[in-house]
Amino acid sequence: MRIWLPLDSFTLAMGGEEVAEAIQAEAGKRGVTVSLTRNGSRGMAWLEPLVEVEIAGVRHAFGPMKAADVPALFDDLAAHPKALGPTEELDWMKGQTRLTFARVGVTDPLSLEEYRAHGGLAGLDRALGVDKAAIVKEVTDSGLRGRGGAGFPTGIKWKTVSEAKSDRKYIVCNADEGDSATFADRMLMEGDPFCLIEGMIIAGLATGATKGFVYIRSEYPVAIRIMRAAVEIAREAGILGEAFDMEIRVGAGAYVCGEETSLLNSLEGKRGIVRAKPPLPALEGFMGKPTVVNNVISLASVPVILAKGAAFYKDFGLGRSRGTIPLQIAGNVKFGGLYETAFGLTLGEIVDKIAGGCFTDRPVKAVQVGGPLGAYFPRALFDTPFGYEEFAAKDGLIGHAGLTLFDETADMLGMARFAMEFCAIESCGKCTPCRIGAVRGVETLDRLAQGDASAIPILTDLCNTMKLGSLCALGGFTPYPVMSALTHFPDDFARAKEAAE
Amino acid sequence: MLDSHTQSDRIAEILEAHRGLEGPLLPILHAVQAAFGHIPEAAIPQIAAALTLSKAEVHGVVSFYHDFREKPAGRHVLKLCRAEACQAAFGNTVAERAKEKLGIDWHETTPDGAVTLEPVFCLGLCACGPAAMVGDRLVGMLTPKKVEKLIDEVLK
Repeated sequence: MRIWLPLDSFTLAMGGEEVAEAIQAEAGKRGVTVSLTRNGSRGMAWLEPLVEVEIAGVRHAFGPMKAADVPALFDDLAAHPKALGPTEELDWMKGQTRLTFARVGVTDPLSLEEYRAHGGLAGLDRALGVDKAAIVKEVTDSGLRGRGGAGFPTGIKWKTVSEAKSDRKYIVCNADEGDSATFADRMLMEGDPFCLIEGMIIAGLATGATKGFVYIRSEYPVAIRIMRAAVEIAREAGILGEAFDMEIRVGAGAYVCGEETSLLNSLEGKRGIVRAKPPLPALEGFMGKPTVVNNVISLASVPVILAKGAAFYKDFGLGRSRGTIPLQIAGNVKFGGLYETAFGLTLGEIVDKIAGGCFTDRPVKAVQVGGPLGAYFPRALFDTPFGYEEFAAKDGLIGHAGLTLFDETADMLGMARFAMEFCAIESCGKCTPCRIGAVRGVETLDRLAQGDASAIPILTDLCNTMKLGSLCALGGFTPYPVMSALTHFPDDFARAKEAAE
Repeated sequence: MLDSHTQSDRIAEILEAHRGLEGPLLPILHAVQAAFGHIPEAAIPQIAAALTLSKAEVHGVVSFYHDFREKPAGRHVLKLCRAEACQAAFGNTVAERAKEKLGIDWHETTPDGAVTLEPVFCLGLCACGPAAMVGDRLVGMLTPKKVEKLIDEVLK
């Protein structure tokens, strides 16, 4: 009997280990031989723990499973109360275009054989057969842009590093996925670690870098464990070694280290203080050497681009947003999780059709897109297509493609205050607009909360200063959630005034 | 409790194990904290000397990062997510109940030294929030009732 149960953090947080123990215990009791594979998650968080059982060569899904549901897996499966049908036939799965996440949830994350059998290493094989410039060209032509949030063209960054002259160059993978509502990096590292490793080796070939680092946040113990194990396996198999080797490094709880220059300082063993640019990390990065700093999803998208060609990847998407994007749907949501699709769905399609609205069954009031530094979108803007330029045109950003749904009970003045509070806690302290501005922002919003409407122009002015004067996106983008809350939900700000009067 | 001699020997071992790494300070501090539960004050000059840094530089790094403790925490550390997605799923009511039950605020430890309560900004469990972490154990879809149960389990 073949059974799959994810080792993903979603699964573990929802009681996956109890289910795993129950499967082994029940199999033992019944004398049934079970082959239990711990895979990545299919991304349907509301169905976790999601168990799959092979029936006549097809994987059938059962979820959300509790230990008490396990014995019935060994009886008539069609009559199982948690039976959902063939996994690939579920609406959530059928609607997706899984390119970067093709293997996540399908294979055993630590089986190199399964990785290869499901198309892994095809991109690397192709990269090994061409020269540096050809790899860079392929990535540039694919239109891939940095999936970490900034959206900078990956190929251009690689070209700069590739053409830089230096005795040493580095590939640094930014896996400091600190934005609320984002978990794509985590799921990829837990569910298909070799894909990231392959992407980093290809980046090494393209740029002449021989050493890679993955900087993973300490809040991701499962991802750290799986990535470390995968690096060991890849080393033993000779995929990593003299030509290109890599190390897994662990962050220490500083949000700002998701900013690339702060991350480089942290990696060097310093305080995670943001560096002024220029010099660009592509020319003077880790230890002052030319360094590619890419997000997990950017690097993990490279193998499929090399394997299937730039044109194949570029064919998906809209405008200047090419390829696919793993949407991460979170917060007060009925069907939350990871959904990889081509750019171009409208926000409303994502919120109402895919996510199914709020789990409280109350209307969706606001959606924060792009993490804690992203804007709050009201229903009036739900026709915005999901793309970099399209969201920028509405004074928002897609960031790392996380979406947090809030129902009508949300207090948007409170959320604006939280954005400033968070910035104050996490500011690295280097630049004044961020360090002082965030503290003043909290105070100003407290004045607003007490009904002092004269604080509105001060808040607006402060946000402008932070936006234009901050060194990095932490201070520079905190105004997005604050100003969008003020602009789109003025009632929440006026209510305080009425109450005061 | 280790005596000071054993402590410095252990730190020397950690320093030796990290020789040759590029940018070794964070891995060293993580290892020291794993060994002692915090970064003992006496470790700072020892680390500084080994890496040819000033004591101030090492102290500066220790104090910059939320993870590094200058004093030991309680026997269990309960981290509750305060980030937006968990707030949208009513994480604030969960946090209030946890504080009430433990009788402490953020960053405090119960008087018996059993539990330290800390905020965390995202565990990557945003689609099944509110989320928590106790040690390396992850918990999702918390309610005020479930967090009480979790605290009872931890205290058992």
